[in-house]
Amino acid sequence: MSDIASRVKAIIVDKLGVDENEVVAEASFTNDLGADSLDTVELIMEFEKEFDIQIPDDQAENIATVGQAIKYIEEAK
Amino acid sequence: MELKRVVVTGLGALTPIGNNIEEYWNALKSGQSGAAEVTHFDASKFKTQFACEIKNFDPTEFIDRKEVRRMDRFAQYAMVTAQEAMEDSGLDVDTLDKNRVGVIWGAGIGGLETFQDEVSNYAKGDGTPRFNPFFIPKMIADIAPGLISIKYGFMGPNYATVSACASSANAIFDAMNMIRLGHTDVVITGGSEAAVTAAGMGGFNAMHAMSTRNDDPKSASRPFDANRDGFVLGEGSGALVLEEYEHAKARGAKIYAEVAGGGLSADAYHMTAPHPEGIGVVAVMENCLRNAGLKPEDVDAINTHGTSTPLGDVAELKAIGKVFGDHAKNININSTKSMTGHLLGAAGAVEAIASILSMEHGLIPPTINHETVDENIDPELNLTLNKAQKRDVNVVMSNTFGFGGHNACVVFKKLD
Repeated sequence: MSDIASRVKAIIVDKLGVDENEVVAEASFTNDLGADSLDTVELIMEFEKEFDIQIPDDQAENIATVGQAIKYIEEAK
Repeated sequence: MELKRVVVTGLGALTPIGNNIEEYWNALKSGQSGAAEVTHFDASKFKTQFACEIKNFDPTEFIDRKEVRRMDRFAQYAMVTAQEAMEDSGLDVDTLDKNRVGVIWGAGIGGLETFQDEVSNYAKGDGTPRFNPFFIPKMIADIAPGLISIKYGFMGPNYATVSACASSANAIFDAMNMIRLGHTDVVITGGSEAAVTAAGMGGFNAMHAMSTRNDDPKSASRPFDANRDGFVLGEGSGALVLEEYEHAKARGAKIYAEVAGGGLSADAYHMTAPHPEGIGVVAVMENCLRNAGLKPEDVDAINTHGTSTPLGDVAELKAIGKVFGDHAKNININSTKSMTGHLLGAAGAVEAIASILSMEHGLIPPTINHETVDENIDPELNLTLNKAQKRDVNVVMSNTFGFGGHNACVVFKKLD
């Protein structure tokens, strides 16, 4: 697992209080990991802080799964 | 329209001297102080470096870890005590008519730590707003009753009362009326506060409202003592299940007491100082007695607001003298803040609970830390100094007053 992927997963485990095994690439934050609208905003903010990047709102809307988050951050870095 | 009768059928407490009702009562009757050095933050530069904090509390024992993160401590405290009170009441959530159950909850401030952390985080940055999406919902005072309703699915009246240190007495008053008027069968009421934070301590210190007895925190809260020098900040929560009498009787509920009545008034005098003659305090106790249909001579005990401030304690006792006349000296007067510190918005609830428990056990918890007589206090008054006193209590009154000049009083009586 890449460094980015493991850091993304650690944030998701911490913020959503889910088991690490559930945090797979295709898992949807809202449908699979129990996130509500406020959680997803918080996740995006944590990604921005952890990786020192900016994720504009219109692009944040397209980050719905663990894999999409990792991919976006890898490309943005 | 005939008013319904209202009774207390469940209690929950999370206080600096005990983390549930049993621990709270044991500490109250044996005169324990909850004061100690502040642990929530580094208070070494503060004028006051001690407080009455909640101890040995792990919210994840009661609340899902993910939910805990979404709650300020004041809301965590609320959830834990509401749960204890609900379990104590024996109400079956599955068979209750949830449209007939409300939650009315007091908080003087709300999520102060959340507000403080979010704003200081912003101030440390470069001006780019990076506020957490949970900032507002964690901070607002009314989130506590909201969260309780979400947990149980209670869809009756739901809101917060805010009147500083009278907040949860206001909540109990509103809850009583909600049931009296037939709007609901059950109300979860009470209050919570978690203001032992840098902003809370710093703010109260700036007002010169708090004791600075840093060399002996446990004796700092000393209501009615000549050398009192201000209140000791506390935190925590108290919850009460109020229920319509016939509803409680029909299910064979354990009934602690009847909520006989309540009173409200305002000083209309100063932002924070009590009126020196306590005219608003006289009014609130008279309103309360009238509302309950009781005579002054009926009252056996008064749990005072008694915060251990130089002005407030004397003004309140003068007011008691005016309302109760000769009978004042027959009343067991106490201040449990000598032990718990001042729980601000939660004070009314935890003190109402202390009052109810004193009736239940026939024992008045003491006003601890009294050493020196204050010449301004009538020596004939029984202030229940330093040691609990046995007393058959049929009627007990609980006073709370808040910055802003808000006064609230509730009175409980044994069910006849």
